[in-house]
Amino acid sequence: MRVQVLYFAAFRDAVGKDAETRELAEGATVADVWKALVGQVPFFARFPIMPPAAVNREYVEAKTALRDGDEVAFLPPVAGG
Amino acid sequence: MYLTNAPLDVASLLKEARPSDGALSLFVGVVRNQNEGRPTTAIEYEAYGTMAEMQIGKILEELGREFPAARLLVRHRLGRLSVGDASVAIVATSPHRAEAFAVCRAAIDRIKTTVPIWKKEFHPDGSSDWVDPAARK
Repeated sequence: MRVQVLYFAAFRDAVGKDAETRELAEGATVADVWKALVGQVPFFARFPIMPPAAVNREYVEAKTALRDGDEVAFLPPVAGG
Repeated sequence: MYLTNAPLDVASLLKEARPSDGALSLFVGVVRNQNEGRPTTAIEYEAYGTMAEMQIGKILEELGREFPAARLLVRHRLGRLSVGDASVAIVATSPHRAEAFAVCRAAIDRIKTTVPIWKKEFHPDGSSDWVDPAARK
């Protein structure tokens, strides 16, 4: 299956793009996407735990299973206001 | 839509009170000239727009249940702002002041913690940093 992964703010700067399509095994979870990123992007390897994540614009837990076409985002510390 | 690239029109928000409201509480967040002792010349706000709209909507729904007599209006600015510019404006109207103050404060507190908006601070030497509120102290 394929999901769209979005990057914002400091994460976008680290990855060098604001979005990409990723190919995942069936049954893959949000945590699996994070693990792959940690292996590929040194910036993400510095995080002791997975940052807050969203699937289709809702906050989700790491164990959330993904479906084809989902929009996944890992969120840097928010700083609105 | 709660997010906007246009300057916030705070004056127009003051006309939001209903005839039954005796109180209007206004909070305006403003870009200041320093953060943690480092001078700031500008802040650039960025959002995960579709999610931020949805999360602000959820906060307003929650607060609508917690403060049924009050009504809230939220506007958050995006893009590059200068010192003194309004970044966020919240208007709470209610029959009485206690509820207007309380719901206005709850709204800004929740917006700051759960809405995916980020800010990059620019310094006089041209450098810039993404702000991490949790990194303070």
